[in-house]
Formats: sequence, C-alpha cells, structure tokens
Amino acid sequence: MIAGIWEVTSRLSSLPDFMFPSLTQVLETLFKGLMSGQITEAIGKSLGRILIGFMIAIIVGLILGYFIWRFKLVEDTLGFVVTALQSIPSIVWFPLAIIWFGLNDFSILFIVTIGATWTMTVNATSGFRNVPQLYQRVAKTYGSTGFHFLRTVILPASVPQIISGLRIAWAFSWRALMAGELLGGGGGLGQLLEMGRSLGQMDLVISVMIIIAIIGTIVDNVVFSRLERNVQLKWGVK
Amino acid sequence: MYLTIDGIEKSFKNEKKESIKVLDKINIEVEKGSFVSIVGPSGCGKSTLLYLIAGLDKADTGEIRVAGKKVVKPGPERVVVFQEAGLFPWLTVLENVTYGLKLKKMPKEEAKAKALDILKMVHLSRYVDSYPHQLSGGMKQRVAIARALVMEPDILLMDEPFSALDEQTRMVLHKELLEIWRKTKVTIFFVTHNIREAVQLSEKIIVFATRPGKIKETISVPSMKDGVMPDSVTLHTEQRVLSILQEEIEKVLKEEMGNDYSFKTNHIHRDDSGDMGSHI
Repeated sequence: MIAGIWEVTSRLSSLPDFMFPSLTQVLETLFKGLMSGQITEAIGKSLGRILIGFMIAIIVGLILGYFIWRFKLVEDTLGFVVTALQSIPSIVWFPLAIIWFGLNDFSILFIVTIGATWTMTVNATSGFRNVPQLYQRVAKTYGSTGFHFLRTVILPASVPQIISGLRIAWAFSWRALMAGELLGGGGGLGQLLEMGRSLGQMDLVISVMIIIAIIGTIVDNVVFSRLERNVQLKWGVK
Repeated sequence: MYLTIDGIEKSFKNEKKESIKVLDKINIEVEKGSFVSIVGPSGCGKSTLLYLIAGLDKADTGEIRVAGKKVVKPGPERVVVFQEAGLFPWLTVLENVTYGLKLKKMPKEEAKAKALDILKMVHLSRYVDSYPHQLSGGMKQRVAIARALVMEPDILLMDEPFSALDEQTRMVLHKELLEIWRKTKVTIFFVTHNIREAVQLSEKIIVFATRPGKIKETISVPSMKDGVMPDSVTLHTEQRVLSILQEEIEKVLKEEMGNDYSFKTNHIHRDDSGDMGSHI
C-alpha cells in the first residue's frame, strides 16, 4: 500500500528523480550496493564500531554502577554527575572529541561509547539496588561473600533490569554512531548517507536508511526481545 | 550448652531518631538436637533475635555462641529458612540446593548426589530440574528446607517458615518437618506467632513479652514416645501459652487502638468436652 503510493507519487511528482526517487529505483540501488559490496562494507564497519563501543559501555557501566551502588560517597558525587551526563545527547560530545582525538575513528568510537555508558550505569545501579534483601540474606547465610556474592547473586538478580538497560543503551549508541559517522566520516553507513547527499543520490540515501531501519529492528526484536523473553520464561514473570 | 544466648540487647532507631529497645537481656540455652520455638506478638523482636543468631545483624551487648563458637558473621553452619522461600529464580531446584555445597568447594558429583538425597526426603525428586516459579508455595518452602538441611548445619533457624502457606499445606509440612527432625537430629530454632504450630512442633516454647522484647516464660511441651500427643494435652498447652500471651496482646492492642480497648481470650479454643477435668 505505502509502496504503491510511494511509486505513484514519485512518478507523478514534479521533483526530479535524484531528489525523490521511486521505490523501484531505490531497490535497484540497494541491490547494487549490496552486490558491489559498497553497502555491505559500510554495514560491517558500522557494526564493528558499535560492537566495540557497546562492549566498552557495558563494562564501564557495570563497574560504575557497582561503585555507585556500593559506596554512599560515590553515589552522592558520581551518581549525581551521571544523571546529569545522561541528559546530554552524546553527539554533543563530538566537538570535544574532535579536539581531543582528532577527526578519526576514535572520536566516533568515543561518542558511541559515551552514548551508551551513562544509561548503562543508571540501569546497572538501579538493578543492583533493587536486588531483594531476601536473596542477599540467603546468600550470606550460605557463606557467600565478595566477588562470589556479586557473581552469583547481585548480577543474576539484576539481569532483567540490565537487559532493559542494554536495550536503551543500544538505541542511544546506534543513534550516536550514525550521527558520528555522518559528521566524522571514516566509512560506515553514516558516511554513505553523507556521500549520497553530496553526490545528489537520494536513492542511495534512502537505501541506507532502509538498512539502518532493518538493522535496528533486527537487533531490537531478535536479540533483545529474545533475551528478555528467555529471562521472563526462566523466572516465570509475565 | 549447644546454643548459648547470653545477655543480648538490641535497639533500633525510629524515625524521630529515638532509640527503641527491641531486645532486653535475653538469655537462652538450647541443647543439641532439640526443637525450640519462640512465640510472641508481632514486633516483639523474635525475628531480630533469629537474625542475631544467624549473624545477619549485630547485637548491642551480649554474645551468642553456637557449638562453642562465637557468632560474628553469617555462615553455613547456621542457615536460615525464611518466611518466603527466597529461592534464586535464575537457578533450578537442584542448583538452588547445591548452591551452598558449591560454596563449600564440594566436588560436583558429590554435591549432586547429596542434594538428590535430600530432595527425595522432602518428596521433590520429580522437580529437580524445575525452576522455582513452576512450584507451589509449599513446594518452594520444601526446597528451601532441603537447601538448608543439605548443609548439615549445627542449627537450623526458621523464621515463620510456614506462615505464608495455606492451612492444609502447613499441616503436611508440620508432619514432614517433624519427620526430618527425628531423622536428622538437627537442632531447630523456630520463630512463629502461631501458638498451635509451636505446641505441635517443639519440645520447648519460649514466650516473648513485647516492647522491649524479653523472655516472659519458658514452657516445656510434654511429649509422647510415639510423637503423637492426645488433643487434650496440646489444647491445654495452647491455652496456657495463650493466657501468658494475653497480657502482651492486650498491651500491643492498647498501644494501637487506645486504652479503652480490651481483649479477652477465654473463649478461644474451647473444645466440646468443656473443662470437665480435661487438663488434669
């Protein structure tokens, strides 16, 4: 239906093809891009970046979350800062990143990481904080302390909250990645968008947008939904 | 003595930062292998005392010794069965039961064999691979008991373990707990507000007074060789505990509802035979 309307309006509209390409044109470009490796290469590059940035963000977020949860002093100081930092869209860090690291891959990685870290921290903190007292008492009476206590009680008990944190963090860093690539270059889907714009190839731009949407949906619906469902099944929560 | 509680005092701070005494000069001695219950009105500090024995909380003064060792922190030789089972939802029944054994660095196979033995004792062999949410309340509590027993603790601390269960399940679990106790000869320290439960299960009942919590009276429950007591005996003991508690219950109610409130317990638990010498 939408495809039909798109096709018809594009053919009938007075805008030139390069500004408002028809669906068939877009699909053709998409197919060619995938075949020639132009788009696939960009996908690989973007995914590689976000995976690295995301991993770092998870680890840093969990560690920061632990300290905020564990120590009152850290909570009063860093906890407050994190909440403030969380409200800054990560692309805002880009000018700083360029000055600090130069206009390169590292700058993009930096904002991708920063986009996810604060959300991860906030979610990890509240996840740890909401671990029922009962589980903690049980574990302690069985002699669990220190790292064992963290690994076998605190972490697994906060898994549901951590997963929802991952989901939001992913969305944030995915947006940051596109913005960063758009501005910073260095290959990837964002740069391909920018290239499409400068070459006046809106069919390429729309193809890339489709790819972005597909990847976003797959990650959200397949990866995170499945994770969430598995946990819910195992825990028996509706 | 196996468990010695010596001069324990404990206070909490309320919202107005005033210090409220919840436990006042508690001295209790419990023999190895006995079954002791603590009954008292809500808020009398009986659960607090249990947490002190478990090492989950610290007393202001006094000391607690179990099997000659002073209690300073929680440990697997003093496990607790809580009111809610507190099973880890991310582990299967078997994994829940072996949790403490793995902490003790017991070899995997040995731990599994031991856990299966205990689970058989609480009649849950069919559910070893289930997750806690698939079990009923009574089954969860059985797993919690199995998880505690598998540690072969010096003392088993039970904090109102059956109060969240329905009447039928509770009756079944009472019977099973007594069987387990006779079989394993574990020392049990049982906190409850249910007088009938205390009378049916334990050898000794410690009645607590409230605000501050202190020992009001200690009652020995007459026991029969075969473990089955005539109703008249249990009923009599129940009434005795109730009459001791009456004053305390009234104290709590008066604090909550004002001074003109009075609560009479004379007519509770009177059986058909009346008082025709049934407790002589």
